[in-house]
Amino acid sequence: MSREAFISIEGIARRFHGATAAEPQVVFEDVHFSLDRGEFVCLIGHSGCGKTTILNILAGLDQADAGAVLVDGREISGPSLDRAVIFQSHALMPWMSVVGNIAFAVKSRWPDWARDKVAAHCQKYIDLVGLTGAEHKKPAQLSGGMKQRVGIARALAIQPKMLLMDEPFSALDALTRGVLQDEVLKICAATGQTVFMITHDVDEAILLADRIVLMTNGPRAKVAEIVVNTLPRDRSRHDIHKHPHYYRIRNHIVDFLVMRSRRFEEEIADGGYDPRRPPLVKPGLGEAAATGTTPGRAKPDLRIHG
Amino acid sequence: MPSNLKIRAALLSALLLVAFLALWQFATMPSAGTGAAVDPEYAKLVGAAAAAGQKTPFPAPLEVGAKIWAHIADPFYVRGTNDQGIGIQLGYSMARVAVGYLLAALVAIPIGFLIGMSPLVYRALDPFIQILKPISPLAWMPLALYTIKDSALSSIFVIFICSIWPMLINTAFGVASVRREWLNVARTLEVGGVRTALLVILPAAAPTIMTGMRISIGIAWLVIVAAEMLVGGTGIGYFVWNEWNNLSISNILTAILAIGLVGMLLDQVLARLTRFVSYQE
Repeated sequence: MSREAFISIEGIARRFHGATAAEPQVVFEDVHFSLDRGEFVCLIGHSGCGKTTILNILAGLDQADAGAVLVDGREISGPSLDRAVIFQSHALMPWMSVVGNIAFAVKSRWPDWARDKVAAHCQKYIDLVGLTGAEHKKPAQLSGGMKQRVGIARALAIQPKMLLMDEPFSALDALTRGVLQDEVLKICAATGQTVFMITHDVDEAILLADRIVLMTNGPRAKVAEIVVNTLPRDRSRHDIHKHPHYYRIRNHIVDFLVMRSRRFEEEIADGGYDPRRPPLVKPGLGEAAATGTTPGRAKPDLRIHG
Repeated sequence: MPSNLKIRAALLSALLLVAFLALWQFATMPSAGTGAAVDPEYAKLVGAAAAAGQKTPFPAPLEVGAKIWAHIADPFYVRGTNDQGIGIQLGYSMARVAVGYLLAALVAIPIGFLIGMSPLVYRALDPFIQILKPISPLAWMPLALYTIKDSALSSIFVIFICSIWPMLINTAFGVASVRREWLNVARTLEVGGVRTALLVILPAAAPTIMTGMRISIGIAWLVIVAAEMLVGGTGIGYFVWNEWNNLSISNILTAILAIGLVGMLLDQVLARLTRFVSYQE
C-alpha cells in the first residue's frame, strides 16, 4: 500500500494446539488487510473462519498467535476506549437502566466529568439513536432492536476512533434490521466514523460497506479478495437494488460464498496469490473490468492494485 | 382467578389446621382410668400417672394455647438465670446467629470473589473446601470449647463455620459465571479492576451470592438450637433442653413454634433482599 493506512492488520493468525504434539490446528493465518480513516469495511465469511476472533483481536480482547494490528502506525496491546465494540448480543448490563449503561461507558472515558455533564452527554446519544423516553427502562423491558440501539449509543458515546461491530443486527427481525441499518448508515455518514463490521448478510454489506473483505472457509481461512463497493455512497435501502452495480456485486459475493470459499485452495494452486496483498476486485464495474481476459471466474492475476 | 385461588388456599390451610388441632385434641383426651389395682403408697411415691403405667400426659391444644399466650403476654421476664422469658432466649439466639453469620459473610464473600476470579486459587482451595464443607458444625464444638474457652463464643464460632460454606461456594460460583461479554464490555471501556469488581461482577453475581446467604441463614438457625443445647446457659436451644428437664411439654411446643416463626422471618428477610438485587436478563 502506498499510503499509511489508519488500521493495518498484518499477518495475524490463530492456531489451536491440540492435546498431542501434532500439528497445531490453524483457524486462519496470514490475514492482511487495512482500513482507511472514515472507511466502512465489512468482513464476510462462513461460520468457523474466525471472523469474530479477528474482531476480538482488533478490539484487543483476544491476542493473535502471530502478526500484529497497527492503529495509526502503532501496534495495539490491549483493549482501548479508542476502539468501541458493538456486541452481537448487545451485552448490556441488565441491572442498569438505558442511561445507566451509557453513563457507565461515559464515566469510564471521562472520569472527571461532573454528573450533569455525563447526563447531558448520555442524553445526546440516547436522542441520536431514537431512544428518547426510554432512558430509565431496564434492558429486559426493551425490544431486541431497542437493546441494540443502546449498544450503539454506548459505543458512540465514548467517541471512539473506530467502531467494531460483531454481527450487530443478526439477532433482529428483518424489519428492525432494516431500520437500524439505515440509522447506522446515517450516523456514519454524519460522523465519518471508521467502522469494521462482521456480517453474513450480503445485502447488509453492500448497503453499508465501502469495501467488503471475503474470507475463505476454515480451517486455514484466509482473505480471498477484497471487493470494492462501487455503488455511490449515498445509498438507501429502498432503491439500492436498482443501481446497475448492485447485482453484479451481489452475485460476485454470493458466488464466492456458495462455491469459491470452499475451493479457494484449488483456485490459487497455480500461484499468483499473495496473502499480503489480497486481490482488490470491482465486480460492480461489469464483466469486462471484473474478469478481464479470462472468461468465467476472476483469477488472482486480474486484481486491481489499490 | 388468582385472588380466588388465594382465598381457596387460605380456606384449605385453615381447614387443615382445624383438622390437625381436632386430631390432637382427640388423641390427648384422658383415657378412662383402669388403675384399680394400684398400690396407693406406690402411687404416692412416683405420682398417680406413673403408677397407673401412664407417662406425663401430652398436653391438649388448649393447654398449649394458654401457655403460648402466657409467653406472648410476658416474653421478657427475668426470674433468675434459669428462668427467663422466651423473648430474651430468642434474642440471645438471634444475636449469636447474627454475629456468627455476619463474620462468615465478611470472610466468605471476599474469599469467594477470589476463588471465582482465579482458577489457581479455586484449584488450590477446592480440596480444603470439599473436606471441610460436609463436617457437621457441631463436631467443631469440642475443639472450639478447648481453644476459645468460652461457651458463648464457641456457639458463635459454630454458627460461623456452618454458614460460611454456602456463601463461599455461591459467591465463587456467581463470580465465576459472570457473563464473559459483560467483562469484555468493561475491558473495552478500560475499566480498572476494582471498578469492574464493584460495578460489574458484584451486581452480576449478587443474586447468586444472596441465594447462598439465604441458605446460610437457614442452616445457622438450625444449628444454633443444637449448639445451645450443648453449651447451655442462654438461648432458645437451652430453653428447649431446660424445659425437657422440667418435663414441660407445653413450653417445648411453644419454643418449637417460636423457632419456626423466627426461621421463617429470617428466610423472608433474605428473600426480600434477594429480590432487591436480582435482575431480569
